Amino acid sequence: MAIALSLKVGSIATIAALPVAVAVAWVLARRDFWGKSLLDGLVHLPLVLPPVVTGYALLVLFGRRGVFGAFLADHLGIVFSFRWTGAALAAGVMGFPLMVRAIRLSIEAIDVRIEQAAATLGAPPIWVFATVTLPLALRGIAAGAVLAFAKALGEFGATITFVSNIPGQTQTIPAAIYTYTQTPGGEAGALKLSLVAAAIALGALIISEVSVRRARHGATA
Amino acid sequence: MISVAVKLSRGDFALDVAFEGGGGVTGLFGPSGCGKTTVIRLIAGLERPDAGRIALGERVLVDTAAGIRLAPHRRRIGLVFQDAQLFPHLDVATNLAYGRHFTPKALRRVERRAVIEVLGIGHLLTRRPGTLSGGEKQRVAIGRALLMSPDLLLMDEPLAALDDQRKLEILPFIERLRDEFAIPIVYVSHSVEEVARLASTVVRLDHGRVARIGTPAEVLAPTALVSTTGRFEAISVLTGRVGRLDHDYGVSIVEHPAGRIIVPGLLPTEGAEVRIAVKATEVTLSLGHGDRSSVRTALAGRVVRVDTDHGPFALVTLELAGGDRLHAYATRLAVDDLGLDAGDEVRALVKAVSIDERSVPGLRLVAE
Repeated sequence: MAIALSLKVGSIATIAALPVAVAVAWVLARRDFWGKSLLDGLVHLPLVLPPVVTGYALLVLFGRRGVFGAFLADHLGIVFSFRWTGAALAAGVMGFPLMVRAIRLSIEAIDVRIEQAAATLGAPPIWVFATVTLPLALRGIAAGAVLAFAKALGEFGATITFVSNIPGQTQTIPAAIYTYTQTPGGEAGALKLSLVAAAIALGALIISEVSVRRARHGATA
Repeated sequence: MISVAVKLSRGDFALDVAFEGGGGVTGLFGPSGCGKTTVIRLIAGLERPDAGRIALGERVLVDTAAGIRLAPHRRRIGLVFQDAQLFPHLDVATNLAYGRHFTPKALRRVERRAVIEVLGIGHLLTRRPGTLSGGEKQRVAIGRALLMSPDLLLMDEPLAALDDQRKLEILPFIERLRDEFAIPIVYVSHSVEEVARLASTVVRLDHGRVARIGTPAEVLAPTALVSTTGRFEAISVLTGRVGRLDHDYGVSIVEHPAGRIIVPGLLPTEGAEVRIAVKATEVTLSLGHGDRSSVRTALAGRVVRVDTDHGPFALVTLELAGGDRLHAYATRLAVDDLGLDAGDEVRALVKAVSIDERSVPGLRLVAE
């Protein structure tokens, strides 16, 4: 049950974060503006803060009575607190810096003059992005997504702080392992889940590694 | 017609240039770091000037005073980079077609078939850029820029990244597109040979400023003898007619009012007018007659001026029969030994082997 939930939370978190991450990565890689380092810092914040702090911040902002949480619940009917959606939000926020980082690096690796060539050929900026930047950054985007997915599966601190540890609702693999270790005779279950978690994480890392290597290969070819 | 009058400063580099280019090829010439590429990027819209105006015919591309600045994709100006910059994820055919989508139907003057034929890239269409040679990439890049039917084609040192053999291979293609597609070209180069051969107008840049504008003969002539490094790129342009072709020896005889010029290689059309670039360091001046040297080209001329300073060099300017000016570098020692001065009648010996085939259109060296 925890495995299925974790996969669902991880997938949704990754898919939802991806377009935002691509946009932010592009802005950081290609634009100069006032407050750029502030945005950069903000993006990286979940990476350096204790996860519990991030979880608490999410609770304050997106909880039932949080600034955004109340608005979303009242107007759109989206509730995060103590739901799997909240777990997905926490996982997405925690994986976001890793995703942005990988994508930004792959965009920065593209020679600006290739994009400029497209512009002089008459392509509007959006078109340049869609036909040149995006395809050339695709492998970096894939690597970032896999990395974020793996991070989402392992996310514990922010999730448990934000949405607690409710079996079937917010109890992802790490939370379930934690519960097993707190229960007498739960060692077998903890071990089993740990092995599954390790297998999934390893698989994701291998996919990420392979896609990064192919991206480097493609860049030099 | 392109008219440019822009100012820009970036750190310790300042650019302040104004020039106009007509049809045909306008050569932007000068040492590296003189601002050639920046001018090209300003015209393409990839760089914004601090102040100034750039117009293409009636169309204003930039006018800082009027607050006009067209985005690069609205300028309809083709740009060929030094290193092709093809789209690596698209095959050659798709690369070529890229700009065409954005060209309104009414403006599509350049025909795909003609471009592929002129550039000789028909056999490459299904290949990816990664599998092409440098010369092939550059031809595809030229084709890609041409196929958007640009109002102006900018070429930024398109041959600089290629070896001499590839340069010779591509120069005729550039001449054909100049002559067959009638698109004005701004051609950036630091090679005198290329500029002498292609350009009708040459703009010489130096330290971000226009040093000279004029025909290749005017602009590429030596400026001052003190520029010791510049002497190797100083040339004179002589205009003659293709006379006899000597197939046995693989040389062409060019008839010039001042004498016959031997050119290594075979020129395409007998009787056609031809411009020959002669390096000022490769001209020997002789006062006597009947010498048995290995130089077969001896042109009669009169010294119009001798420039010297306290350095080792002297620059001798001759007026040849027919009016062409020929410049020769000699040592100050030699000039004083011979007592050369304005008004002297001399013979100018030009080594045929020093004539660069890159500077003479259509010149074909016959192997073996």
